[in-house]
This record gives sequence, C-alpha cells and structure tokens, in this order.
Amino acid sequence: MEITEKMVLKTATKLSAEEIQKGKVLSVQWTPNLKYAWDNGPAIGRYLAELKNGKIIAKKCDKCHRIMIPPRMFCELCWVPTSEWVYVQDTGIVNTWVVSYVDWKAGRLDIAGGVRPFTPAVIEIDGASKGMGILHHLNEVDPWKIYRGMKVKAVWKPPEERIGAITDIKYFKPIE
Amino acid sequence: MAKRVAIIGIGTTGFRATTPDVSYRELTYEAAMKAYLDAGIEPKDVDSFVATSEDFFEGYSIADEYSPDQLGAVLKPIYTVPGDFIHSLASAYMMILSGIGPISVAQGMSKASNMLTLSEMVTFAMDPIYNRPLRESPHAVAALEMARFMYETGTTREQCARVVVKNKRNALNNPYAGHSVLIDTDYVLNSEVVSYPLTQMDISPHSDGAVVVVLAEEETAKALCDKPIWIRGIGWCSDTPGLETRNWAEAIYAQYAAEMAYKMAGIRYPRKEIDFAEINDEFSYKELQHLEAMRICKRGEAGPLTEIGGTEINGEFPVNASGGCLGVGNLYELNGGHKVLEVVRQLRGEAGKNQLKNVTTGLAQSWRGIPTTTGTVVILSN
Repeated sequence: MEITEKMVLKTATKLSAEEIQKGKVLSVQWTPNLKYAWDNGPAIGRYLAELKNGKIIAKKCDKCHRIMIPPRMFCELCWVPTSEWVYVQDTGIVNTWVVSYVDWKAGRLDIAGGVRPFTPAVIEIDGASKGMGILHHLNEVDPWKIYRGMKVKAVWKPPEERIGAITDIKYFKPIE
Repeated sequence: MAKRVAIIGIGTTGFRATTPDVSYRELTYEAAMKAYLDAGIEPKDVDSFVATSEDFFEGYSIADEYSPDQLGAVLKPIYTVPGDFIHSLASAYMMILSGIGPISVAQGMSKASNMLTLSEMVTFAMDPIYNRPLRESPHAVAALEMARFMYETGTTREQCARVVVKNKRNALNNPYAGHSVLIDTDYVLNSEVVSYPLTQMDISPHSDGAVVVVLAEEETAKALCDKPIWIRGIGWCSDTPGLETRNWAEAIYAQYAAEMAYKMAGIRYPRKEIDFAEINDEFSYKELQHLEAMRICKRGEAGPLTEIGGTEINGEFPVNASGGCLGVGNLYELNGGHKVLEVVRQLRGEAGKNQLKNVTTGLAQSWRGIPTTTGTVVILSN
C-alpha cells in the first residue's frame, strides 16, 4: 500500500511520508500470504456447477417448503435435511440496491471522468421463495432509474468462459 | 455452591486428514445433529450457543457470523470464542450458571486441510516488529521449547518418541482417528529432522472434523440423560506471550489452568484422584511437559513413566488412550473438543477397544498451539 501524506498526518507523531518512504524512519512491512482452498460441499458445489451450465439451482425444505438459494443441505430454520433440487429462473426483482461511488477497497470511482457507479443489488429470484435471492451487479441501466421491484434478468458469460462461479453471471439487466 | 452442570450429549464427525466431500457447514451440521440426538433435544430447546473459530484459520473476517445456521442457532443467543474449544465449553457452562437457561451448547470445527499456507498463518501470529522480520519457522519455536524442556528435566528424545509410538498405536483402535500407524521409536528418531530435536514424526499432522457438546444443569440433565458426565472443574490461563520472556521449560499456563480446575473440583492429589487424561500432544514433548505442569507427574518423571509403559492404556495412568493429536490429528481450535469427546466416551464406557476399566474421573487439557502460551483444562466425572 502506498503511504500518503494524508495517512501520515493522522498519526500522533508528525512525520512526512517521504521520511518513511526513504527509510529515514524505521518501518516494517508484512504482506500476509494467506491461501485457502475452501471445500464447497454438495450444496454450493452443485450451485456453482449449474451456474457453469447457465442455470440457477435451489434446494427445497420439505417442512417449511421454502425453495432456497443459495442451496443448502439442511434448512437452518426447520433443522431438517433438504431433499429436492429445484431449478429456478434467471430472472427476478430488485429487493434493494445502491448507487455506489466507491470500490471494495474504499477507493473513489472517477464518476466525473465518466466511470459508471457500481450498482450492487439483491435480486429475489423467480421460482425461489420470497426473500431468497442473489447478490449481484446491475448493468445496462441508468443507475438513477433503478427502482425497487424492477424486473431483471441474468446476463451470462458465453458458455466457454464460464468456470462454475458466481461471476459466470456477468450482471443482471432490466427486462424491457 | 454453584449449580451442577453435566454433558448430556456429544456428537462428532470423526477426524480425517481431508474432508473434500463437505463444507464447514455440513461438517458442523453432522456433529450437531448427532449431539442433539444423543441428548434427546432439538435446537429449539437450547438456551444459548457458543461457537469456536479463528478468523485466519477459517479464511473469513468475523468468521463467527457464519456459526448459527449449522448449529440450529439462527435468531438465538450465540457468540463465538476465538480460542480453544474448552474456552467455549467454559462459556457454555457459565451461561447455565448465570441463569440464562438450563441448556447450552458448545461447538468447534476444524477445516485445517483448507489452509494452504498454514506455516505462514502461524508465523503471522508472531510479533510483527521484532519477531516476524527474523522469518523463523513456527516449528523452530516449538523446537526451542522442546530443547529447553529436555535440558531442564533430563527428558530424552527416545522418551518423546515413545509418546509418538504409543499415541499412534492407540489411534489404531479409535475409529475417529485419522493418523493411526504402528511404528517403533527408531522410526520416529530417524524421521526427517524439522528443527532439531524435533523430527517430522514428533509433529501431529492436521485433521478436519467437528465436535458439538450439549450441557445441562442438574435437574434437566437427570431428566434427559441416563449417563450425565459432570463438569467438576474447569480452568484456563494465558502466560505472557513474549518469545523472549516466557518460561521455555515449563508449561506454566497448563499448571495454572489445571490448578484452577483442581480447586473447583476439590482435587488435591491429581495423580490419585484422576483416573486418566487426554492431554495436548501437538508435539510429542508437549504430552510430557503438560503432564508435569499439571502435577500428574513430578518434574522429569513423565519421560521415564512413559518409557516403562505407565501412560499406556493398561498403564498406571493412561494418557491419550484415544491416540491424541499425534494419532487423531491436530485440530487447531477444536483440539480441546476432541479431548473432551474422548474423556466423555471413556466415562460413559463407549470407548470400544480402547475402553479403560473402572474409570470415574478424567481430565481433558488443551493448548492453543505455537506460538501461544494459553491452556485449558476440564475435569469430568461420571
């Protein structure tokens, strides 16, 4: 991470960034090498495999009858194993969304320079139970014209580019 | 006088080197389902839950937020302890004593196989300013302790190797164990040197798995359970963390944690009043060091006692009849969970071929691993 003057000014000891950068002040840098290979298990594993096929799959609870995405091997509310796999649509409605001027590292997007703000949204998927959905991006829409309840559809990567990941869906766009 | 609290249900997945077929969710779900079935309860009957996780081990910031679903704890009182499973057990015990409700649950889980840069994660636990820049292996830290322990107590590498042979052999008869093997002391002594005097076979290999324990206060325990296993004493302690200033020979954290538990249990002579123990043996010498710290052996006595078979299943004071971390696997924050599981199985008479005869009181002890100086102890009776 680059040390900026602004960051240094926030410290109690007044130092210039240059003093740190040029090694005039003792500093220690450590970049952690943290690597994981998370086992997905049967539910998320199949979810991702179906995304590669261009499909969205859910699991149904026999007790509360909820059709749940992301799929899970047990219903966390009824405490029973889920049984049936159910394909759901790749369409849905916007539950909540924002127009975001910052990226995930809290860096500001160059909106004035013409960069489109990010528009993350939770989309309630058609065929899944109420309140069940996917967190994804919206695109091909004016950020300020998105509305709650807007009907949207997944825009998929071409089959040869899909790898079995949530990003196999590029984004959701409005229908009509 | 505090209320009596018992373990009325326990569930596990068993422990194996890898678990590619399940995520952490299904792993804990299986253990929880078995524990609730064992206790004859449903998660809705539980008044409070305590989970165990270490963010860097799980690969999530705020990993505790991912605890409720697989425990049946959604929208219930739950929090997570970033420590050893026995810390969580202590919390669950206190939940009952504090009057929150008669039933509580403690959970622990290991997905050690998912950590690809394990050594660097442990190095990351060292001080960033004056330790990490030296780039020492975490195993070198263990070896520094092993060397000082051997020097001060006269313990030999052969005696440490006997611990490995015993525990890996005990694990052969434990269906939950993931690293059982029949070897001799020469095999251990001649295995690859990691940081002398520590060889590859002195180090417990990692395992995945989950343990869930159900606790209940006396009246509820007696109503629900034929074989309640009573918590008689529990203790925990952390020494100063400094690699420069800690006592390298004695596990003082284990001594203090044990004394806290002994006091609660009214135990004065642990060797006489306790029948067997499951003790942290992440490294071979740790079993001996912990035995001495907890006054089960005198200083310098644990090695010779092991050499004459005193800690074998048929010995005077059986230690790690389950196979310990060396035979079952290093489970990181779940290590204490495995120890408790095995003490409960013994006290219930459910330990199969490794069943000890006429046991009424057992001790489970854990340690948070390198580079920590934190220990936990619980004493259980049937």
